[in-house]
Amino acid sequence: MPRYTFSVNGRTVTVNAPADLPLLWVLRDRLGVTGPKYGCGIDVCKACTSHLDGKAINPCVVPVSEAQGREVTTIEGLAEGDRLHPVQEAWLEQDVAQCGYCQPGQIMAAVALLRETRNPTDAQIDAIENVCRCGTYFRIREAIKNAAAKMRAVDGPGLRKRS
Amino acid sequence: MSSPTPNSARHEDGAVDRRRFLMVLVAAPTLTLALSAETIAPADASSSAPQPADIVDAGDALILAGTPTAHLMMVLEVTENGEVRAELPRAEVGQGITTAVAMLVAEELDLPLRKVRVELAAARPELVLNQLTGGSNSVRSLYDPVRKAAAAARARLVAAAGELWDVPSVRLVTRGGMVVAPDGRKATYGSLTTRAAKLPLSRITAKPKPEAEHKLVGTATSRVDARAMVTGQMRYALDLDVPGAKPTMVRRPPTINGTVRSMKNEAAVRDMPGVIDLAVIPTGVAVMGETFGQVRDAVEALDVTWGAGTVDSLSDAGIRKRLRAAVLPPVVPRLTGYVEAEFDFAFVSHAPLETNCAIADVRKDRAEIWAGLKSPILAQQEIAAALGLPQRQVTVHVAQSGGSFGRKLFPDAAIEAARISKAMGRPVKLMWSRIDDMRHGRTRPASHHKIRATYAGGKVLTYEHRVAAVETDFRHGVGEMLTAVATRLPVVGNMSFAQVVFHLSVKVPYRFGVVTGLLKEVPLKMHTASWRSVWSANTRGADEIVVDELAKKMRKDPVAFRRESLKTARQRAVLDKVAEEGNWGRDMPEGFAQGVGFHDEYKSCTACLVEIDARNPRKPRVVKAVIAADVGRPINPRGVEAQLLGGLTDAISTTLRAGLHIDRGLPLEGSYSQFHYARQKDSPTDVQIFIMPANGEPGGAGELGLPAAVGAIANAYARATGIRPRSFPINFDVDFTPFPR
Repeated sequence: MPRYTFSVNGRTVTVNAPADLPLLWVLRDRLGVTGPKYGCGIDVCKACTSHLDGKAINPCVVPVSEAQGREVTTIEGLAEGDRLHPVQEAWLEQDVAQCGYCQPGQIMAAVALLRETRNPTDAQIDAIENVCRCGTYFRIREAIKNAAAKMRAVDGPGLRKRS
Repeated sequence: MSSPTPNSARHEDGAVDRRRFLMVLVAAPTLTLALSAETIAPADASSSAPQPADIVDAGDALILAGTPTAHLMMVLEVTENGEVRAELPRAEVGQGITTAVAMLVAEELDLPLRKVRVELAAARPELVLNQLTGGSNSVRSLYDPVRKAAAAARARLVAAAGELWDVPSVRLVTRGGMVVAPDGRKATYGSLTTRAAKLPLSRITAKPKPEAEHKLVGTATSRVDARAMVTGQMRYALDLDVPGAKPTMVRRPPTINGTVRSMKNEAAVRDMPGVIDLAVIPTGVAVMGETFGQVRDAVEALDVTWGAGTVDSLSDAGIRKRLRAAVLPPVVPRLTGYVEAEFDFAFVSHAPLETNCAIADVRKDRAEIWAGLKSPILAQQEIAAALGLPQRQVTVHVAQSGGSFGRKLFPDAAIEAARISKAMGRPVKLMWSRIDDMRHGRTRPASHHKIRATYAGGKVLTYEHRVAAVETDFRHGVGEMLTAVATRLPVVGNMSFAQVVFHLSVKVPYRFGVVTGLLKEVPLKMHTASWRSVWSANTRGADEIVVDELAKKMRKDPVAFRRESLKTARQRAVLDKVAEEGNWGRDMPEGFAQGVGFHDEYKSCTACLVEIDARNPRKPRVVKAVIAADVGRPINPRGVEAQLLGGLTDAISTTLRAGLHIDRGLPLEGSYSQFHYARQKDSPTDVQIFIMPANGEPGGAGELGLPAAVGAIANAYARATGIRPRSFPINFDVDFTPFPR
């Protein structure tokens, strides 16, 4: 069985796994990283949204082989120790989560969006396809806008925050 | 915070230590409901007679049924580090009940909220009918027992300090988790708990604080579990690390309730990488493996010969025909002005984002289960029966759920996991695929509605609503609870479970003269369950459409007509609130319109005003919503707002696009790409929610928001497009290629 070495939330891991095994199951079943959730397995609900080298991916359809030598970040790796990412803070301030099951994916999608744009429009927020079955979308929208404002205030005008 | 962990759940040895600390179990008083002739008879001839739900609603009945064990409900423990641990005999499925209960405990004990830990109790059969989460009834049924238990704990801690300092209890106060003496001496609850536990019970009496003194209860408070959720630390059933429990899925039949005849390639599948075991169970073929990815491949590779299911020949058209044939005709002749309408509502998946799932560890003489369960006692009973074990040998832990919407009333996955674990002789981590969850999971039954309203002289004289619905499965305990109580009412009589629930939960809030509502069920062997608001989303949604059509015929403004027809000042106040805040009647561009809806249930009422962009009637979007709700006494207004927001999104989904097509015994939809539950792009960019100030006892809030929003959205759509919606969801094409069966 092939061997893959990559980083998960800053920690280097090595796993023996079939090349086509979805990264989601390597994370959850082999590494005990349970933040990314199963909701569909076919890249439709986006509940597992995580980052590969800083870009949003859906590990339910990304084979583990693609992670070789790269950096995987899940919801567990977003905060720096006890210091939450501004998007997580905004989520707390808006009290977004209800059942919470989709929220790791929603947050990772929002973080990815705010890396693309510092001032997302409603149309850009609409493009986030993550399903929230509790229907918290409006609070998600408000949280993204608040997080963006917070991050702009920290970065100052003209600067792009890298992470 | 509230998910049971295998460790804490498995080892009972902690309980021995705990006995040294203060644990409280307090008697709640008997709840009584006075039924006088006055409340049953109409106040005057022009107003409608009260309907059953006006007198006793389903929530009242649930509380009454639970009264014999209400005193056992809450277990509070004051730990040595000064925290209070509460064991809650309810499920947390996202509705925020753990936060509301933590607030009640913190309030009574004058304790910071962060010092209260609410954990979900495992199945407690001694509670009999009192461990069920449903009917928007958790806050209503817990409000008194929780406050009494916490007040008793506080009284005992105060008495312990009094004894320690030789100061009369009346001179002591509590503040910030401490008892404080007049001379400034302080003792933390943690330091007093052992002494408090030793006090003789009879010496202490306690009363909850007067509501006027509430400082925390009634204020907007963030969820106690929010941080765990945003950091990925919240543990749902499948995140629990139960030693040895291996990923397992089930290959299911091509039609609902189909059976396994034979497996053609068992040996080949057993040889697939990562496969551990296979077992035939009543619902299909279970496969266990090292990872869910490998299990899924193996399940898909299985070649099974299937026996027939229970509804193989049925499709939507046939089901609709049966419903139409079953619906009872209205009886009032059309002698005056009238409005008549028929409505169809499709099947709808609960589709919680966490699919049906459970962990089971079944041994020869005992079993242990972990799952999100709203009826854990039922789960315990059914699992014991399925395994041939005594009920007491089955431990059922309640995990926090990734949504429910009614789905988790039934322990389907828990029973299945137990059967598989028994068959394989190993602990099982069972997960349903999304496709299976949507096709073989429970659904909201389809319904057909016939409404006739007559009017004359600017007044509605009669209002008849006849519902025919595919049978809703109530075998989760609610039926027993409600019929036991409700059949004794003079206005209900001897009815089926479903008819009782219908009559105790659905009522027309308007003075519409002679009002009758009748439900006729069509039994089909499909997997059904209550879906948030049970029949009210469809029944009251259809009512609200007819109300608009009545207003139009009578040349009245929809808000003004509702206002003059509503029965109480509370009801009018929420309607006025949305009309004012939502700027009712403002000019809208072509293709846009406002719509309004109202709903009253479980001692609460709400109005919803939406604005829709239906320039393309095939792709409408609700762009704005203004909601007002009076829930009697909000414990956590922020949580109530969240429930209303959820109800709004459910209404947007099920009114405009989300439903299931049944085709030859199976839903066609298999994922969110096909079952069109709303996404961000379908949700309004402007939502304003107003919670009215406390004015009474807590009412229900979990299901309240949906029916009014269904009406508001359908009415806005009708006004924007000129199309009177009759079949829901409105846009319901099969716009996808179904997955193979």
